Amino acid sequence: MKSDNIEKVLGLLQQNARLTSEQLSERLAISVDEVDAIIVECEKTSVIRGYYTLVNEDNFDRQRVRAVIDVAVEPERDGGFDRIARNIAKFSEVTDVLLVSGNFDISLIVVGDSLQDVANFVSSKLAPLRGVRSTRTHFMLKKYKEAGFTFEDDEDYERLKITP
Amino acid sequence: MNDSKSPRNRVAAHIRELPKSGIRDFFELVMSMDDIISLGVGEPDFVTPWGIREATIYSLEKGHTSYTSNLGLLSLRQQACEYVRKDFGVSYDAESECIVTVGVSEGLDLILRAILEVGDEVVYHEPCYVSYPACIKMAQAKPLPLVTTEEDGFSLDPAKLKSTLTDRTKVLLLNFPNNPTGANLSRDQKKEIAEIAVAHDLIVITDEIYAELTYGERSPSIAAFPGMKERTVFLHGFSKAFAMTGFRIGYACGPSDLIDAMMKIHQYSMLCASIMGQEAAKEALKNGRRDMESMKSAYLTRRNMIVKRLNNIGLPCVNPEGAFYVYPNISSTGLSSQEFATRLLKEERVAVVPGTAFSQEGEKHVRCAYAVSTSDLETALDRIKGFVERVRSENKTSPGFRKHKKDKVAIAN
Ligand SMILES: Cc1ncc(COP(=O)(O)O)c(C=O)c1O
Repeated sequence: MKSDNIEKVLGLLQQNARLTSEQLSERLAISVDEVDAIIVECEKTSVIRGYYTLVNEDNFDRQRVRAVIDVAVEPERDGGFDRIARNIAKFSEVTDVLLVSGNFDISLIVVGDSLQDVANFVSSKLAPLRGVRSTRTHFMLKKYKEAGFTFEDDEDYERLKITP
Repeated sequence: MNDSKSPRNRVAAHIRELPKSGIRDFFELVMSMDDIISLGVGEPDFVTPWGIREATIYSLEKGHTSYTSNLGLLSLRQQACEYVRKDFGVSYDAESECIVTVGVSEGLDLILRAILEVGDEVVYHEPCYVSYPACIKMAQAKPLPLVTTEEDGFSLDPAKLKSTLTDRTKVLLLNFPNNPTGANLSRDQKKEIAEIAVAHDLIVITDEIYAELTYGERSPSIAAFPGMKERTVFLHGFSKAFAMTGFRIGYACGPSDLIDAMMKIHQYSMLCASIMGQEAAKEALKNGRRDMESMKSAYLTRRNMIVKRLNNIGLPCVNPEGAFYVYPNISSTGLSSQEFATRLLKEERVAVVPGTAFSQEGEKHVRCAYAVSTSDLETALDRIKGFVERVRSENKTSPGFRKHKKDKVAIAN
């Protein structure tokens, strides 16, 4: 299993997780068996953590409310920010948790059905956690790009269909 | 009215005799149809990387909207020469051995006009970019095509080159990686061709516009081989590797007497290349490599896919080592390249370019460009498969079909 090929398989899957082993094999000019072996190995070693579908909720009925929340945290003697970050990640309302540098320590994304929902989460679940010093909530108004995919198509123009 | 003023005779003889571009009629047909997938586009499907566009906008904001030096911005020539030194293995002096042109297109026209006289011959290999024979004729010289074959992987066989040269051959025009075949030259082939060029005292024009899009090992430019720098004009540009076709920027590097001669024509006929394009080109050389590499890896993915599928469909093709074209052999369908392309377009709404656009001997081939998204490519290949299967079963049920077609061609000739 060449690490070069592992990187290539991962690269294509990150752009489209629905590619079949046959398609991956065709596009990378490596055998289907090798593709399968790479994927199994990556799943086993948790290099591949999951497969995810990017949904543009603006084009879909069920729009949910999202917020980016910065959290300032009191680091702990053992483990720094790990314990609290892990506990924040356990809430099902939280989709993303990042440890960041700067004025705040942890950035997370929360999803709810309404503004109230998200506000409640912050005041009753997040803020009272032991170690949380302060929070700053930014409600998300519109998404332009996620995971490398833009949410709007470019306009068509007079592109030629045949050129030499 | 004087007869010599009749409309037909107003046009100069050597222009009158130029053939209409081989793909013109086909182009009209394609443009009249909606909702097709085109594998006929010889330019990147990517938009110019945003960093390059953004830098161009910034240069406009700063008010860089003037003419530049005839040779082009010195800063761009310096960057280009540094790039050529690093990536192609030849050192040029930015002040006397480099000129910025309006694409490789203008660079080619300039050098041909600068060195050719009536009766001179230019050897070039076919299939080739559609402009080559026409540009040679516009420079009033004689094009001498050397046919490259599938058996040679569409590469240039040095022995065949040797036997094509005559006393009047002044120039050898090379394009590798090649449009329309994707073929490349190995280091050894370059070495042998270089030796022939030195022995015959040829000027070599090397159009390396697809060089960055080389999928295998990339050897130095032929200009880097012994005895070659002083006789080679290296043409390069930003259109393909940096997805900048519309910016119209290229450059030529070569010995100062030839660059000087090109400059003479350029200063009177073009003045300079657009400064917006030149600013964009500077940014491409400064920060564009990462974007270029990621486009290249997308082309490679598509190449693997199209080559495997075409071979499976029974349209064998030489594995292209560069550029974004593949040139399958379609003769097993019994159709001419024009028939194949026209029927595929009408019946399956997929456009490919007939091989006859690129070579007098292109009848057995079509060019498919894989500068399209993988999903379009996948759909196009499914349709080509359906088409080829249908044509084959037609051929089986009407055995006279192929013979009949042949007769017709014979009469037409
Ligand atoms: C072999 C070759 N040379 C030159 C050109 C023209 O390039 P430019 O856009 O730099 O004028 C093309 C474009 O298709 C090409 O394929």
